[in-house]
Amino acid sequence: MILHIKQDHNRFRDIVKGKIKSNFKKYISQGEMIGKREKDFVSIPMPSIEIPHFQYGPKNSGGVGQGEGEPGTPLGGEPEEGAGQAGNSPGEHLVEVDLTFEELAEILGQELQLPKIEPRGSKQIRALQTKYTGLHHVGPDSLRHFKSTYREALKRQIASGTYDPEAPVIVPIKKDMRYRSYKFSEKPESNAVIIYMMDVSGSMGDEQKEIVRLETFWIHTWLRSQYKEIDTRFIIHDAAAKEVDEETFFRTRESGGTLISSAYTLAQKIIDEEYPLSEWNIYPFHFSDGDNWSGEDTRFCIELLKEKMLKVANVFCYGQVESKYGSGQFIKDLEKEFTEDERVITSRIESRDGIYTSIKEFLGKGK
Amino acid sequence: MNLPPMYAKMQAKIEAHARDYGLDFFETIFEMVDYDQMNEIAAYGGFPTRYPHWRFGMEYEQLSKRYAYGLSKIYEMVINNNPCYAYLLEANEPVDQKIVMAHVYGHCDFFKNNQWFTHTSRKMMDDMANHGTRVRRYIDRVGFDVVEEFIDRCLSLENLIDRHSPFIRRRRPESTEEKTVKLLKTEHQYMDSFINPAEFVKSQEDKLKAEALQKTHFPDQPEKDVLLFLMDHAPLQAWQRDILSIIREEAYYYSPQGMTKIMNEGWASYWHSKIMTEKALQDSEVVDYADHHSGTVAQQPGSLNPYKLGIELYKNIEDRWNKGKFGKEYDECDDYKTKQAWNKDLGLGRQKIFEVRRNYNDVTFIDTFLTEEFCVENKMFVYGFNRRTGQYEINTRMFPEVKKKLLFQLTNWGQPIIQVIDGNFENRGELLLDHLHEGIDLQPNYTVETMKNLQVLWGRPVALRTIMDGQGKIYRFDGTEFKEQNTDTVGNSTSVTAVASSDI
Repeated sequence: MILHIKQDHNRFRDIVKGKIKSNFKKYISQGEMIGKREKDFVSIPMPSIEIPHFQYGPKNSGGVGQGEGEPGTPLGGEPEEGAGQAGNSPGEHLVEVDLTFEELAEILGQELQLPKIEPRGSKQIRALQTKYTGLHHVGPDSLRHFKSTYREALKRQIASGTYDPEAPVIVPIKKDMRYRSYKFSEKPESNAVIIYMMDVSGSMGDEQKEIVRLETFWIHTWLRSQYKEIDTRFIIHDAAAKEVDEETFFRTRESGGTLISSAYTLAQKIIDEEYPLSEWNIYPFHFSDGDNWSGEDTRFCIELLKEKMLKVANVFCYGQVESKYGSGQFIKDLEKEFTEDERVITSRIESRDGIYTSIKEFLGKGK
Repeated sequence: MNLPPMYAKMQAKIEAHARDYGLDFFETIFEMVDYDQMNEIAAYGGFPTRYPHWRFGMEYEQLSKRYAYGLSKIYEMVINNNPCYAYLLEANEPVDQKIVMAHVYGHCDFFKNNQWFTHTSRKMMDDMANHGTRVRRYIDRVGFDVVEEFIDRCLSLENLIDRHSPFIRRRRPESTEEKTVKLLKTEHQYMDSFINPAEFVKSQEDKLKAEALQKTHFPDQPEKDVLLFLMDHAPLQAWQRDILSIIREEAYYYSPQGMTKIMNEGWASYWHSKIMTEKALQDSEVVDYADHHSGTVAQQPGSLNPYKLGIELYKNIEDRWNKGKFGKEYDECDDYKTKQAWNKDLGLGRQKIFEVRRNYNDVTFIDTFLTEEFCVENKMFVYGFNRRTGQYEINTRMFPEVKKKLLFQLTNWGQPIIQVIDGNFENRGELLLDHLHEGIDLQPNYTVETMKNLQVLWGRPVALRTIMDGQGKIYRFDGTEFKEQNTDTVGNSTSVTAVASSDI
């Protein structure tokens, strides 16, 4: 039986990848690609390609079922035959397709033409790896290599004539014992820490935070594909900064004023204390709506960046999310100060659609 | 792979049992395949020789993933063909194979005898292979991408067929000979120029010509077989027409299977349980059989299991006809207890279900045999989406509602009915389709996309008459621009609609 399914399957995969390419902007901004983040898998609703037909619209939802319950009882789970539950744009029907982070990062990288990052300090950072490759005459019983031991004993018994094919009993003595042994190998390794800072003052609304959340997801996905290990730290700030966990980072909403320098100071402190330059690639990201308390604080921020942060960080990224309330001044100040400096990347994110270009701006330089 | 001897013996036994029960089927060839082959074959709709297309690859990926994550697996697959082909999954337990074989013979009997299958090709294995060859030849000639794109477009219109079409002999050959003027009879030739003077003949000829000109309204009757209409009238190249005909043929081949899902699965389940429990089951297999069978007929809340509904309905029918619970006398009896205890010992049950499997499809099956008692006993309900709570909820258990909803879902496989009413709309060679609106609007964005595909095939602008939010509409797509227009008088559409919706 000759089957051609591989050919058709590849074709489908190609189209799907192509689909992501052509509609990428839309998905990335609609947050459709964030799924469950279990272990290494992330479930991403992605267009399975559905050929459009004349078909009934959403009013046709519901159907006939069997089982217990009074009218009004909710059904457990999703009904399968919810006909007409169509996607919201033509020719698309969202199903969960599993992509691994690696695949996702690859798609992202291809799409945005992101250069591979040249990890800094990769030469200094070495990790010892152990590999069990050889055999030894001594060792702990837990590492005893049964097969080799048996073989040795067999050899010895045959050679010494004590082996009887009629009653093949093999008794190993101490000399026969073989144990697994390991060797060290050195591997260069590179680690990175991402420090996300976000302004949570009153002017940052839910939409702004959602944009930041989506953007950080993609940044994380990409950097993760480039480094062996990624540490993530989260700092929120209004007039004062504090370190929080991821959950809190996206949830918190404060109402106070804004002192950006507070966040930078804290980030610098974390770097100094926990991430020695020789072992870590450091990526500080800061998102805000561009409001700062005073020009004086802004000057202080710039000074901090120049004097300290930029000396240790691979690159410093500032993303300014458009908001009704923010003045958007901060990005101008940064740009004025660092026009020549490649280590500071700024980006304006006007809406969800802007995430696409913004990621490219941040990661497009291969640093 | 042919069956190993153990299974060959098993097959012979099961086949003999099936024949003893009166099942009547084509010769059935079983093949053993592993799960990957099974997924591949299933992705191709049962025909490994089909033409190449990405959607089979998509299907394959989904099946493989579902199998890999243990969500579902295909136990068996059977192809309506003469001989019937059935695929067994290699990894199954012997008892599972036994059930599957019994189940398969139920399907084969159904394929052979149900009247809706009478017009399906019984040499589909060969036909599909031929289709594959033809498509590959076109690919070689005009290129993969071109052919694929055309197939995509055709598939978008795939559901625009008329499921009754195979039973209608309506394609009388269109008379190609030109009509000639009928001359009045004369007995004497010399009188001819007086009885049929030249001016008269001329005027008659002119009249005919004018008539021919006026007869621009085609088709004469609304045409539900839109694909056929396109084949006949759209300006397609020969290879395009051929591909369209392939798509159409395959759609018609599969259509009866869609129309008889409940009946077919119910019938096969009925027979596997009969054969197994009465004949083939060994003591040691009882637990596994029970486990497997209950899995087959298990019901999830919110989805209707065709196996379960089908088998229960057949059993119900058998029981009713055995006891004589039918006819005027029974229907008019309104005493619950008498009705419950009704038993005339007619023993007509078996005969009746064989008759049912011959003459019905899902719609008529449900319409005729779904009774209120059955509905209550089987705890059927209608569910719907509650916007307020954001979840699906049980709406009602009222029998008429359940039946209505079920029938609506089954009618035309739950697809809207759309027909060609004018191939020369507004006398500009445009195509006008009419949606027989039955209370539910079309999905707008899908409609737009489908019309784009239709327009490419038709060449000229296409229009669709339908109703959106209670407002009659004509959507028109001319290749670049999409327009919608309200229609105050819905005209034909409403009258037709009224008839259609009262069918239910």
